[in-house]
Amino acid sequence: MEHDPFKWGKPRNDVYGPYSYEIAGAKVKGEPSASDIEKFPSMHTQQPIITGTSVLAVKFKDGVIMAADNVGAYGSLLRFSNIERIIQVGDQTVVGISGDISDMQYIERLLEELETEEDVYDSDGGHKLRAPHVHEYLSQVMYNRRSKMNPLWNAIVVAGFDDTNEPFLRYVDLFGVAYGSSAIATGFGSYLAVPLLRNLVPYDADYPKVSEEDAREAIVNCMKVLYYRDARSSDKFSLVTLKKDQPLVFEKNVKCEGQSWQFAKNICGYGSKQL
Amino acid sequence: MFRNNYDNDSVTYSPTGRIFQVEYALEAIKQGSAAVGLTSKTHAVLVGLKRNTEELGSYQKKIIKVDDHMGVALAGLAPDGRVLSNFLRKQAMSSKMMFNRPLPVSKAVYSIADKAQENTQSYGSRPYGVGLLVAGYDETGPHLYEFQPSGSVLEYYGTAIGARSQAARTYLERSLESVRDSETVEQLILHGLNALRDTLAQDVELTFKNTSVSVVGKDTSFTIYEDENMQQWLDKLDSVSNSRNRDDQDDDQDATEGNAEGTHPASQDANQGEGNGQNDEGRMDTD
Repeated sequence: MEHDPFKWGKPRNDVYGPYSYEIAGAKVKGEPSASDIEKFPSMHTQQPIITGTSVLAVKFKDGVIMAADNVGAYGSLLRFSNIERIIQVGDQTVVGISGDISDMQYIERLLEELETEEDVYDSDGGHKLRAPHVHEYLSQVMYNRRSKMNPLWNAIVVAGFDDTNEPFLRYVDLFGVAYGSSAIATGFGSYLAVPLLRNLVPYDADYPKVSEEDAREAIVNCMKVLYYRDARSSDKFSLVTLKKDQPLVFEKNVKCEGQSWQFAKNICGYGSKQL
Repeated sequence: MFRNNYDNDSVTYSPTGRIFQVEYALEAIKQGSAAVGLTSKTHAVLVGLKRNTEELGSYQKKIIKVDDHMGVALAGLAPDGRVLSNFLRKQAMSSKMMFNRPLPVSKAVYSIADKAQENTQSYGSRPYGVGLLVAGYDETGPHLYEFQPSGSVLEYYGTAIGARSQAARTYLERSLESVRDSETVEQLILHGLNALRDTLAQDVELTFKNTSVSVVGKDTSFTIYEDENMQQWLDKLDSVSNSRNRDDQDDDQDATEGNAEGTHPASQDANQGEGNGQNDEGRMDTD
C-alpha cells in the first residue's frame, strides 16, 4: 500500500502494476486528466452533493400548506443560504423538493418546459395542468431515471388541487415510490414533523376538520423543531398557502420565532459536575 | 400557363405566393366522399358516407376512434388518415401515461397541424392528402375541428368536408340554431344525416352499409354506429335519398346550390369529376 500522502491507501504500482483504466471501459490510456472526461463510461449521480433538507406539507379544510427552508448544504457545510426549494407550477400547484440541488434545478427546468408547452397548445386557457398531472409526470420521470440506474436524487412533495377542486398532496422520491397522505414530510421531517402533523390530522380523511390557522401553526412549529434538531437546516424558510379558488400566498424569508434556549444555562457538565 | 413551373415540390413558392403542392393536396380531400361534423352544447357528432370501389367490395372506413373521448372522420387519402390518426392515438396514450389526463382536443389537433405544416416546408416530402374532422369532448366541453393538410385548423359548430360537401354546409348554416339547441343525441344525429343526405349524388341513397355515425359527449364515450347498428338512425329519417332525387324541380335546386357555392369561390371545382361517384381510371383512390 502507498504511504505517500497524495496516493495514500492505493495499491503500489511497483508491486501491482499501474491501474488499468480499461477495466472500467474507459478509452483513455495512462493517467486520465479532466479533459478526458467524455472518454469515460457515463458517470451517474451516485450520491447527492449540495443538498436540501426536509419539505413539509399538510392539508387543511380548503387547501394545502407547504414549507421548506432555504439552505443548500455541502456535506456539513451550510454552503448556500438562499436556495428556494418550493417551485410554483401554474397558478394552483407547488412542488417542494429536497435532496440534490443540481437535480432539483434540472426538475425545475422540466417543469418550466411543461408550463411553456401547456401555454403554447392551450391558447384559450381552458385546460389547466393540475397538481395530480404534475405529480403523475414527476413520478414517471423519477421511476424512469431510477430504472436507468441514474436516479434524480430527490424526494418531492406535490401540493395543489385535483379535478374536483379538492386539496391534493402526494409524494414521490428517487426510487419512483409515490404515496398520498394528509400530512407529508421528506427526510428528517418524516421522523420529526410527521408525528406532530399527525396529532393535527390523525386520519387521512380528517383534514376537512382542520382550520387554516391550526395547519399553519403546526407547520411553523414543525419547522422550529427541525431547526432545533436537524443539523443541516436553517431558521429561514419559505411558506406557501394554497386555498380553494384564491391566488396562492408565497411567503419568503419566514423566521423561526419563539425558540426556547433559556433552560440551557441550568445545564452543567455531563454528570457529576455541580457548577 | 406558367403554373407548372412552380408546382413540382412543396418548397417552391409561385410568384403570387402560393404553394401549389399544398393546394393539390387540398384537392385530394374534395375527391373523397363527404364527412359531416356538428356539435350541440353537450355532444359532438360525426357522420360519413362510405365508398366501395366496386359492387362486390367492402366499404372503406370513414370514422376512426382515437380515444374514449375523441375520434376523427376523414376525407381524402385513407392511408394518410391512418398515419395521422395513429399519431393521435399515440399522443392520447402518452397523455394518459405521462399525466393521467385525457388529451385536450385542441392540443391533439394542433399537434397534427404542426406535423402537417412541417411537410410543407421541407424538400423531398409531400403534404398529407387527407382532411380530418376531429370531434371530442374534454373539460372545456364538446369540440369539432377541421384539419387541413396545409396545417390550418379551425374550430366549428358544424362543418363538412369531401365531395359535394358544400350542400351539407349550406344545410348546417340554415339550421344552425336548431342544431346547437339539440336536446338529445338523436336530434343531433338526425341533423347530421340530413346534412349528409344533401351531399348524395343522383341515384345514391343512405343505407346502413354506406353510412356511419359516431357520437361523443357528456357521459358518452366515443361510439361508432356502423352496419346493422346504423339502421336504427336511418329508420328515424323521413327519407334516405337526396332531396334532388325526390323533387322534379331539378332546375330550382341547381339554382340555389349555385348561389350557395358562389359565396365560396374556393370550392368551385370541388364537385368536378365526381358526377357519377366513380373514380377515373389511373387516379389514386380517395375515400
